Amino acid sequence: MLVLALDTATPASTAALVEVTVDGLAGVAERRTVDPRAHGEKLAPEIAAVLADAGLRPRDVTAIVAGVGPGPFTGLRVGLATAASMGQALGIPTYGVCSLDALGRAAGPGRVLIATDARRREVYFGTYADGERVTGPEVAKPADVAALVRGATGGSLPAGVLVGAEEAGGGTSMAGLVERAAGEGALKYGDVFGVPVEEHLLYPPGAALVALAAERIRAGAPSEALTPLYLRRPDAVEPSARKAVLT
Amino acid sequence: MRDEPLVLGIETSCDETGVGIVRGHTLLADALASSVDQHARFGGVVPEVASRAHLEALVPTMQRALDEAGVTLADVDAIAVTSGPGLAGALLVGVAAAKGYALAAEKPIYGVNHLAAHVAVDTLEHGPLPEPAVAMLVSGGHSSLLLVDDLTAGVTPLGATIDDAAGEAFDKVARLLGLGFPGGPIIDRAAREGDPASIAFPRGLTAAKDLAAHRFDFSFSGLKTAVARWVESRERAGEPVPVADVSASFQEAVCDVLTAKAIDACRANGVGTLVIGGGVAANSRLRVLAEERAAKYGIAVRVPRPGLCTDNGAMVAALGSHLVKAGVAPSRLDLPADSAMSLTAVSVPG
Ligand SMILES: [Zn+2]
Repeated sequence: MLVLALDTATPASTAALVEVTVDGLAGVAERRTVDPRAHGEKLAPEIAAVLADAGLRPRDVTAIVAGVGPGPFTGLRVGLATAASMGQALGIPTYGVCSLDALGRAAGPGRVLIATDARRREVYFGTYADGERVTGPEVAKPADVAALVRGATGGSLPAGVLVGAEEAGGGTSMAGLVERAAGEGALKYGDVFGVPVEEHLLYPPGAALVALAAERIRAGAPSEALTPLYLRRPDAVEPSARKAVLT
Repeated sequence: MRDEPLVLGIETSCDETGVGIVRGHTLLADALASSVDQHARFGGVVPEVASRAHLEALVPTMQRALDEAGVTLADVDAIAVTSGPGLAGALLVGVAAAKGYALAAEKPIYGVNHLAAHVAVDTLEHGPLPEPAVAMLVSGGHSSLLLVDDLTAGVTPLGATIDDAAGEAFDKVARLLGLGFPGGPIIDRAAREGDPASIAFPRGLTAAKDLAAHRFDFSFSGLKTAVARWVESRERAGEPVPVADVSASFQEAVCDVLTAKAIDACRANGVGTLVIGGGVAANSRLRVLAEERAAKYGIAVRVPRPGLCTDNGAMVAALGSHLVKAGVAPSRLDLPADSAMSLTAVSVPG
């Protein structure tokens, strides 16, 4: 089964073709452009390019997987609108996966913090143990991330998944809670988190996006509405009482 | 392709998600989803709220349009989408979706100008547009006078508002009268019971000194302030505010300026056809006054029915169909959403 993976939840626009077989995945082609303001312009040509790279046509695609964020809203919607419209036009199922999960999965074994830039000096983040999400996704100031991870893990998780607060000590450092971090938000705020950053793993990889939906794809699960993980409400204020114009 | 192209149009520049399908000048489907109710309590369109609503509405709206027209995406000859001007985030949802449809169905895509689409929609009701024509587009987002020499090539802006859009003035006055949102239809209704000559509100940019630099431009901000002052002094004096008279006098001021400048633009350019579009074109007084004044100079006024005046997908499809028929090259897949798109090109060049 040929699967198209799209993600625009970070400054990267990613389009990938991945072959899903009964017992594995094989990357076919992948294109990525890193430009936080160009998702709308870059993504569609990238999709056309990966198809051309593989010598395939849109009708050869049998399912679409899209990263539903969290991520800056405007860019995030580009990937989801593109995935949903292609799914509708081709009559094929679409599946949503958390974009942070793709990074968490790609990060592999161990306890890892995944953080992407949420702008306004905040990050979208989640923590992962051996590729599986333990906390999140949430949005917070980098300095508050450690406290949130500690609070979220306090007693509710099996022992040994994450280290407890008393072991980790106070302060904002992530040391003790996670052993390393990945994602472009982790790179940007690396000094705040105080753990090693995997600089090769900044954006959700296509194969990891598809891996997260592989079971659904193989089972022929029903198509899903691609609902963005906004995590923030729209900025909108109700007008206050009329301002006087007479002085 | 049969002789008449089958074109699908997508519109998401403000708070309406529209998908229209036309064959030549024939309207086959016009599906619309509006987020207007979600903006009401904010007294104006909130861009992020509109963008979220577009994403949710697009696929179902597309499905309704296809069902209504009894066609599939495979039957379509081209896909047109509003590339600008409009709210950046809102435009981007429609442009991204249009690219997805075009890519998947392997169809050409046209990124088109929203204002030109407001002009083109009239052809669905009244047939080919005599060129040159003057177009007046008045809505919550725009107030423009355009000279249309050739709708496939480019449109010449003659003038525009220098502050508030006409529809915005209706919204603001409705709010200060405590009447609700959107203000256009509410003021129109309230004005029916009022005397348009009861209060002399100012006519922006009509004084001789303003006409020299702003002959075809509009200004509604001073009018809005004048209404606010008038209402406030009444309230301070402890007197009741005659809502119907204020509405009628305000509406008269807006329509007087709009029609006077539109007719002047026709005469100055030797043009015999005036097309009016945009949400404010649905205003009953504007239509009557425009026809009354145009008749004196033998100018024909064309106003599409109200449902086609407001933002919709049919207008985008209509312009797309016009471009396909004229053999204009499609845009490329990297076409941008351009919130400030100029009118020098009616579509994004390929
Ligand atoms: Zn409009």
